[in-house]
Amino acid sequence: MKRRAFNVRHALVHAALIVLVAVVLYPVMLVCKKAFEPGHATSLGGSPLPEHVTTQHFRDLFGARGPHGELLFLRQAANSIIIALATTVVGVVISCTAAYALSRLRFPGRKAGLTTFLVVQMFPATLLMLPLYVILDKLGLLNSMVGLVLVYSTTAIPFCVWTLKGYFDSLPRELEEAARIDGASPWMIFRRIILPLARPGIAVTALFSFMTAWNEFIMASTFMTDESKYTLPVLIQSSVGQFSADWGLFAAGAVVTSIPVMVAFYVLQRSLVGGLTAGAVKG
Amino acid sequence: MCDLELSGIRKQYDGVARPVIPDLDLVIPAHKMVVLVGPSGCGKSTTLRMVAGLEEPTAGKILIDGRDVTHLPPAERDIAMVFQSYALYPHMTVFENMAFGLRIKHLPEAEIRRRVEATADSLGLRPYLERRPKALSGGQKQRVAIGRAVVRQPKVFLFDEPLSNLDAKLRGDMRREIARIHRELNATAMYVTHDQIEAMTLADQIVVLKDGVVQQIGTPIDIYEKPANRFVAGFFGTPSMNFLEADLTQGAGSASARGNGFEIPVPIANVPSLRPAAAAVDRVVVGIRPERLSLAKTGDDVPLRGEVAMREVLGAEVVLHVESAAGPLTVRTDAGAAPRPGDTVQVWLDPKSIHLFDRASEERL
Repeated sequence: MKRRAFNVRHALVHAALIVLVAVVLYPVMLVCKKAFEPGHATSLGGSPLPEHVTTQHFRDLFGARGPHGELLFLRQAANSIIIALATTVVGVVISCTAAYALSRLRFPGRKAGLTTFLVVQMFPATLLMLPLYVILDKLGLLNSMVGLVLVYSTTAIPFCVWTLKGYFDSLPRELEEAARIDGASPWMIFRRIILPLARPGIAVTALFSFMTAWNEFIMASTFMTDESKYTLPVLIQSSVGQFSADWGLFAAGAVVTSIPVMVAFYVLQRSLVGGLTAGAVKG
Repeated sequence: MCDLELSGIRKQYDGVARPVIPDLDLVIPAHKMVVLVGPSGCGKSTTLRMVAGLEEPTAGKILIDGRDVTHLPPAERDIAMVFQSYALYPHMTVFENMAFGLRIKHLPEAEIRRRVEATADSLGLRPYLERRPKALSGGQKQRVAIGRAVVRQPKVFLFDEPLSNLDAKLRGDMRREIARIHRELNATAMYVTHDQIEAMTLADQIVVLKDGVVQQIGTPIDIYEKPANRFVAGFFGTPSMNFLEADLTQGAGSASARGNGFEIPVPIANVPSLRPAAAAVDRVVVGIRPERLSLAKTGDDVPLRGEVAMREVLGAEVVLHVESAAGPLTVRTDAGAAPRPGDTVQVWLDPKSIHLFDRASEERL
């Protein structure tokens, strides 16, 4: 009797989960369908599977050439990768050191700084567009990858600092005390004890920084005026203009663009799982 | 030759009116194991952490081997510490954990290997050198933590409740292990615990702390046989000492403690601070250990009458909780003929084994 009740509950839970998965995956499948289906129209049938399969959209995407005959897609993919990686490195390096200081040291302005980081998160990014544009213009960093990396890093850092601070807070202080007694300098403790243990936290923030930079469209399209400086989201959007729309090309671009993020998730998933600190101290 | 000296140590946290430690003077002689014991919040761990250099004293000096280390970082004090929580580096193997401090000192790799392996052998850790802490049991982790301290060959060992996380049997084993290591290394050690059995079994000298103030310093036997005040008397011994309120009356050459339902003759020789010229009546507390009460009369024993309220069987022994007119009494006796709850019993008290405390100051008389 008990077993049957259990089975019914099991079935209901699974049914609910299947519905949820379908809701999440259906739009993704429609985009994939559009990418492999001939034609440019928006109209979509209900079925998530294409009737005819073509790679034409992908060939168009990869084959598009700029005014000087260069391959636009490769160029912009490279832009995206460089900007996203640079943002990740800058963001993670700064956030790690800042978060560690905020977690372990007590100094004037610590609380105010943390609150400011939190408040800054509450403003929509578009609100910052105008001041950022003016600042970049003054610095001569408009239409430059350095400028975009700076903008993305500043947006990503508050979030990363909060996430990492939370993670550092959870690491037992005795480990640092033991290391101090062992003779380790603060830098050595940070590098050889804290960073290895914070790997899951760092992986999360790295992924977040990467995705922020990789997917961002509005700032990239505003600050980058030269087609050769575009990032992939800008390129994809440009295939859907005011007067003509190539939804097939758009979908193909979306599919290709999402691959690196998926790869990043796959590579980092091992680090995303916590539990590395298990066994450090008795909990 | 490396004693540890604390002089005029004061520790007060910002925004807290009462200092954790008002004024502490303590000398730990070379090669001795001194155990700081007291209830939680008595400042024992804070004291240890100040010696370690993990906290700064508000005032006072800490000398190791005559050298003032008060403001030196932990690394320059030549100490090693074993934490209650083990504090092993989880991402390193046992070998790397033990070698960490030596590598920082830039010792040659061969020397590091030799030292770590020798220490691992003496602690029975050789088979686990390549394991991570996660794959070790609690006892093994604490062994590694001890090994990490031993391998550095420090001048002073600091133990911060190292056995509190272990179960009772392991605790006994590790206690003997620590005693053995201390004997072998002949090192100066400061050991903090709230466990009186650890204090009694490990210490060359016990320091009893309460509210940051030293209550008594002495050998384990001193502390047990001649507690300096009622607090120390009650803290040591399981079950703890019985206390009976009494009035002390003195006549010519004799004195007696009289309470509700009893009168105990007090040998004047036992009470050195008792002055013949003192007031005729002193309000005192009579202390008597449960094992010094018996159910059979011997010699000049004094009777106390009561009813057994509870009976705890410990195997070879029984602990009886007796309600008497003088107050609750705990009696430790043989399991054989122990009475049952509800029985009325005559408990016999040997006047020679009593402790007398002033009721107001709680100091030993």
